[in-house]
Amino acid sequence: MEVIRSQKRTPSNDTVSNPKIPLYLTAPQMEVRLEEFELFAVDRLRVLKGVSDGLARGRNPKEMDDLVDTLWKEHMRDPDASLMFNKDIISHFVLRLVYCRSDELKKWFLSMETALFRHRFRLQNFEAQRAIVGEFGLPYKAVTGAELEGLKERLGQVVRSLGQISPTVEAVYYKVPFEEVPDLVASRRVLIQKGYAFVAGSQLVSLVVTQFRSHISKALILTNRKWTTTIREREKDRLTPIVEALSTSYLGPDYSQSTEYAEISLKDIDQVAKSSFPLCMRHLFEKVREDHHLKHGGRMQLGLFLKGVGLKLDDALAFWRAEFTKKVGSERFDKEYAYSIRHNYGKEGKRTDYTPYACQKIILSAPGAGDHHGCPYRHFSEDNLRAALGRMGLSSRGMEGVMDQVRNKHYQLACTMTFEAVYGTSCDAGINHPNQYFEESQKILKSKTPPAPV
Amino acid sequence: MTREEIESREDESMMDAPQINKPKPEEFFNVNYLRIYYGKSNLFPYSDIHKWLSYGHDGKHPGCDEYYFGRREFSFTLENDVYLRYKSFKNASSMEDAIRSHFPYKIDIGAVYSVDPDKRHAYSQTGSNVFTPVERELVFDIDITDYDDVRYCCSGADVCSKCWPLMTVAIKVIHTSLTEDFGFKHILWVFSGRRGVHCWVCDPKARRMTNEQRSAVAEYFRVYKGNENNARKVALMGYSLHPFLARSYVDYLKGFFEGELQATQSIFSTKDKYEKILAMISDEDIQSELRGKWENSARSSLSEEAISLVRWEQLKNTLQSKKHKAPTLRMCVEEIVFTFTYPRIDLEVSKQMNHLLKAPFCVHPKTGRVCVPIDPNNCDEFDPLAVPTLSQLIEEINSGGSRMDVDDDSDDSDTSLLGKSVKFFRSSFLEPLLKSCKEEIESSYKTKIGKSKDSLSW
Repeated sequence: MEVIRSQKRTPSNDTVSNPKIPLYLTAPQMEVRLEEFELFAVDRLRVLKGVSDGLARGRNPKEMDDLVDTLWKEHMRDPDASLMFNKDIISHFVLRLVYCRSDELKKWFLSMETALFRHRFRLQNFEAQRAIVGEFGLPYKAVTGAELEGLKERLGQVVRSLGQISPTVEAVYYKVPFEEVPDLVASRRVLIQKGYAFVAGSQLVSLVVTQFRSHISKALILTNRKWTTTIREREKDRLTPIVEALSTSYLGPDYSQSTEYAEISLKDIDQVAKSSFPLCMRHLFEKVREDHHLKHGGRMQLGLFLKGVGLKLDDALAFWRAEFTKKVGSERFDKEYAYSIRHNYGKEGKRTDYTPYACQKIILSAPGAGDHHGCPYRHFSEDNLRAALGRMGLSSRGMEGVMDQVRNKHYQLACTMTFEAVYGTSCDAGINHPNQYFEESQKILKSKTPPAPV
Repeated sequence: MTREEIESREDESMMDAPQINKPKPEEFFNVNYLRIYYGKSNLFPYSDIHKWLSYGHDGKHPGCDEYYFGRREFSFTLENDVYLRYKSFKNASSMEDAIRSHFPYKIDIGAVYSVDPDKRHAYSQTGSNVFTPVERELVFDIDITDYDDVRYCCSGADVCSKCWPLMTVAIKVIHTSLTEDFGFKHILWVFSGRRGVHCWVCDPKARRMTNEQRSAVAEYFRVYKGNENNARKVALMGYSLHPFLARSYVDYLKGFFEGELQATQSIFSTKDKYEKILAMISDEDIQSELRGKWENSARSSLSEEAISLVRWEQLKNTLQSKKHKAPTLRMCVEEIVFTFTYPRIDLEVSKQMNHLLKAPFCVHPKTGRVCVPIDPNNCDEFDPLAVPTLSQLIEEINSGGSRMDVDDDSDDSDTSLLGKSVKFFRSSFLEPLLKSCKEEIESSYKTKIGKSKDSLSW
């Protein structure tokens, strides 16, 4: 795949053949514009995150089929079928580069792409499905004629054993080595004879999904090798920064401009911290008040959050100064800490106005000894987390629901449940940014308090 | 030869068995006997085990991997429960030397790894040289203690001629499925030495199975899902049995249940026993109807076995007429038969490649019996209580005068206690296996040569 600067697109060599779902078996031989490199990937990422969200919420297979259909139409559709197909392929391969770089990223990508494939496959008609099976180049032959006749009775038994009262057998069966369909074997949903499983046409999904998953898994390992040995260095001024940003990219509002709801002043800050801060920021805030210090990770996470919440630069400087000077003295504060606070607000150096961290970034951070940043749902021990949730006012019943999500590693869902328990309301969108938590919280509290007398 | 007293911990395991006529452990197992067994007595078949686990890679063919045997993990359990893992040997004689210097109480065989297990620390955990299993037989472990809720003659570590047939039926069901359904050809069944059987499936295809595939086969075999919380531990849903279960039922389980099992276990003869079965019928009315018939049956002159059979017929008839009352009654009769007779394998043993399993021809420390192979086509004949013990083998050597030479293929070795087992291992299992391995090495070598020839052609 060749990435080029903005130029007119040259027609791709990929003919749009029958299979509507590409199998991503080989990297496409086409030219890609640099902007498309990132844009296509972001669109596909929105689809994958939607899939992830659906799975986390326990949607059943039919609901997932509908969800995938909706997500795909929303983010990946193009009136020109061949352009849509190209976008599909390009976005997948770009994301491979992004998600091959660590075990955690690989695992997530593999799960989501496999789920996406599974549900797109289920949405196809039987002919299209057969074509896809053929595309894999799998040596699976349809069973016909005398062989099928000889098996009919036992195939009928299988069908009946699965709860269908009449032993009507499907028209097409595929003869497949049993190793290829472990889940069908395990649940005794297929007839097995001399090492071959007889898979019904309607059971094809299982077959291809296993193949797909295995192929992508191997591909990711190879991609990782190529990335670390050549690509990352070669592309360090062009593609690498895009790739590195994509995996932590958060796809919602960035809270760099605080809204009217969110302006807070120094005198309110303690009260607002108690009432509206999410657990991660409450913890950091409490530690600043307690220790009169925070290490770098904590200063960044809390500092940017406060900026997003509406704390002006002067107030921020006053806040940090008030605490830190209790420990390090005024001169050292000016020398060592004031600069970086101003830096965060874009008043120094590159003058980039840094954006507050989204949950994804916070969850992936690695707090060490003496650190208090990170996501408490992930980084706290169970005991500490329970104590902290207790201080936020959660009942023991509410806590169990939250701890359950934590055990399943759904940290953002845990935070969402905490929000719902604290404010007594549901949060369907789900929390994925600390500033979002703050804004939603403020909305609820303001709607409950009567307007001040004029 | 003097006998040595061994740790009294051996005695603790005998506590659950009736003490009458039970020989003391020192009489059939002690460390001196073990030294003789693994020593120069030609009892333990070192070279056969080595040939088996080399799978044809004997270095004689250019296509051989001469390092293959050296990548296999073994583990030794020594006296006092000292446990040595990740042992590996580059050839038969280093394996012999190691066994003869430790005289392990138990030898386990693990997987073939990507590098020599005893050198694993020299390799990093990332990149292409990771220490990971690459081949391992598909194995099964069936232990009669898993059937304690359905056998009344023994419990715990004991086994007798009345309950051993459960193992026989298990072998038949699993073996038939492994050959007919999965197409495996090189299967070794071994007595575990006390109360169960192990199965080693050695086809190349089996050795290369992933954990996920092993898990799938284990689940395919799983029917019994029991714990103390449910009375109905076998739930057969649907309108018919899967062909594998149907064949097992018709060919082995039904006949065993209605025949031998009734004779040995009399599962309906007392209230305690039949209540357990009534609890498996998910309909209170049917339960009461049958209970009524059985509670009040007049004191008869029938044997326990005959009473059981009569009650079984009554149960079948009642259920036959009422089975349409609810889906859970549809296959209640079959469920009862499966609960009492269907194999219960230890799933965890089969699911992971790195799981260790006791080596054939080891000696069980608690019984002194040798873990001999069992012929699956003749498993009715196998008697766990007639398996040679260490002390018997030693006796035989002493009284026989000259050493029994297990390598001797003449008829004499048939009459020695262990010779028959070794001969069976060789002729029924090892020879066909090695023949097939050599063919595979030959053909994959030819393919490789063929490919490189093509790449050289102009």
